[in-house]
Amino acid sequence: MRTLKFLLRKEFKQIFRNKALLPIIFLIPLIQLLVMPLAADYEVKNINISIIDNDRSTYSRRLISTITASGYFKLASYGNSFVNAFKQIEQDKSDIILEIPPGFEKNLVRENRQKVFIAVNAINGVKASLGGSYLGSILLNYNADVRLQWLLPQATNTLPTIQLSSSNWFNPTLNYRLFMVPGILAILVTMIGAYMCALNIVKEKETGTIEQINVTPVKKHLFILGKLIPFWVIGVFVFTVGLFGVGRLIYGIVPQGNILLLYAFLAIFFIAVLGIGLLISTFSQTQQQAMSVAFFFMMIFILMSGLFTPVDSMPAWAKVIAHLNPVTHFIDVMRMVVLKGSGFHDIKYQFLGMTGFALFFNGLAILKYKKTS
Amino acid sequence: MKQFFTFVRKEFYHVFRDPKTLLILFGLPISLIVLFGFALTNEIKNSKIVICDYSKDAATQRIINKLEVSKHFEIEKSLLNYREIEAAFKTGKVKLAVVFPANFHESLLHVNSAQIQVIADASDPNTGSTLTNYLNSIVNEYQIELMVNNKAPYQIIAETRLLYNPELKGATNFVPGVMALVLLLVCVLMTSVSIVKEKETGTMEVLLVSPFNPFLVIIAKAFPYFLLSLINLSVVLMLSFLLLDMPLNGSLLLLFILSSLFIVTALSLGLVISTSTNSQQTAMLISLMGMLIPTMMFTGFLFPLENMPMALQVIANAVPSKWYYIIVKSIMIKGLGFSAIWKETLILAGMTTVLILISYKKFKIRLA
Repeated sequence: MRTLKFLLRKEFKQIFRNKALLPIIFLIPLIQLLVMPLAADYEVKNINISIIDNDRSTYSRRLISTITASGYFKLASYGNSFVNAFKQIEQDKSDIILEIPPGFEKNLVRENRQKVFIAVNAINGVKASLGGSYLGSILLNYNADVRLQWLLPQATNTLPTIQLSSSNWFNPTLNYRLFMVPGILAILVTMIGAYMCALNIVKEKETGTIEQINVTPVKKHLFILGKLIPFWVIGVFVFTVGLFGVGRLIYGIVPQGNILLLYAFLAIFFIAVLGIGLLISTFSQTQQQAMSVAFFFMMIFILMSGLFTPVDSMPAWAKVIAHLNPVTHFIDVMRMVVLKGSGFHDIKYQFLGMTGFALFFNGLAILKYKKTS
Repeated sequence: MKQFFTFVRKEFYHVFRDPKTLLILFGLPISLIVLFGFALTNEIKNSKIVICDYSKDAATQRIINKLEVSKHFEIEKSLLNYREIEAAFKTGKVKLAVVFPANFHESLLHVNSAQIQVIADASDPNTGSTLTNYLNSIVNEYQIELMVNNKAPYQIIAETRLLYNPELKGATNFVPGVMALVLLLVCVLMTSVSIVKEKETGTMEVLLVSPFNPFLVIIAKAFPYFLLSLINLSVVLMLSFLLLDMPLNGSLLLLFILSSLFIVTALSLGLVISTSTNSQQTAMLISLMGMLIPTMMFTGFLFPLENMPMALQVIANAVPSKWYYIIVKSIMIKGLGFSAIWKETLILAGMTTVLILISYKKFKIRLA
């Protein structure tokens, strides 16, 4: 126990002496947590639309004002040439083109049916399909209005309508920040833990000081513990500041679930992450190597974690990878406990799995670390 | 010139002697392309939903069948009681609950109107509202079916064409973004670390006392990474053509020339970092902690830039990968020529000049 105390004191001294490193550990994550959630917004709004009106009738004008009044679309250009509208798309000034053919009003009234043409810039598939479906439902509503006008006497009785009443639970205002802040916080503390820990042992290897420890009677697991605990403490500290300082005070996110449960999960998760860092550290010879390897895995972990893209949409093989990724489960649990107030029995499998990860990575790291080279 | 290439050769030795780093250098782009091409999509599909059907008649069955067929939904189970909905949400699997009230079909037939209640797990607002939207259009479809049977008058039919990406593949949007991300991170990280490493191990001193121009020493260190990045770029492009069927509508030569410009921008950013730090740890943490997430966010391929608050849109202008992303999209997918992207090119060139000037100013011949 006494040995561990001395080892810890050494590690903390080394960390706090490095004046260049401290702001990186504490400030960069918090600044990113402040800024990033503002940027992460998938909601498709402000779609720029170019309208080609070849009819210029009362009906076409009414359709245009319905579209611009909907709040989803901004009129980027209005004219009667497809070439000009297409140029707008090429320059990214416009996302969608609506072409109203000549005779729109006349045909609609006389022949009972009329086509309009929509062209969507589909490079971003999601934006395209949502923009298209917004425009589609506006057209449908407009269509219903026109019909109502012509069929007014019997309208109420001829067409069956289904009303959709939707409600949004857990986040009724659809505030995207509520969703992103816990996820981004999870990623940031993971990055700190994994990078710092991965670099640490390798640094001693590179500068040769590890030999000095290897010749002392310090036990393997004590040495590993001495490396683990300081980063664990720092990680939990940054997490706390992020959750209460930034999340609570600035974004107003009040965790719905049990805080102790969240911290219990964090504790195990962090041991697993540091274990990964240690493992990378024992495999590498130079800091550059350790960093590249850590970066590689971090990248995969972040992308496969469901932070930016839904895990449900992945193909089966990718889902397997996502489930073998500790970060996925941590983000899941963060979101469940903070936003939905899930209890222990809702996340018991995650607990079990995370304990498994922690034991596996740290066990392997201790096995791999050899005092003799 | 001969001296310069001797230095470049030395740097290549450094790079090739470290196979683990080299593996990452090439493994990263390849695995990113595979992930973004096949695994990641911001489309929402296979979302688990629960259905609570109090009516169980022909109309609800028809709608449920439509939901079953849709790729967006996967019906987890049918609940008997709406009180089970909250429990289903809390385990985290279920994203949407659909409740049909009793006598759905009857009221649709006789009163001509019926209600469906949709409850979304909006803890993820994007998934929640998108799924509600999809459900809405499926119900609309069903209504149009009913109308066709009833011969609806005054019908407006929308004919939609999808430009550039008719199959709505995610890769079309992601690949240019991945190119920007990979080139930037690899170049910045590798140059800054390899220079600071010489400072840390003390060999920089030796290089600086040589009769060779000290600033060229630094340039020579960046040079191998320039070539490696070009190879990296070719690999990424080849993979995206062969594996992901990405189009190349513009000129390949133009793409390579402008990519070289972007690589130089990234390398000079690495130079700036290396001249202002003294330890590898700091250099790495700045290049990674400081750059990974901002690059991912501000390039514009994950989150639409136009949704961000004005201040952040201004910040995004300072991220080189944003401009490169526009260039790649314009050349590869839209097939535009140089006249459409000269502005972006000019901005990248300007950034490069400024960065090189800064690193030249900060570069010290003497170590502290």
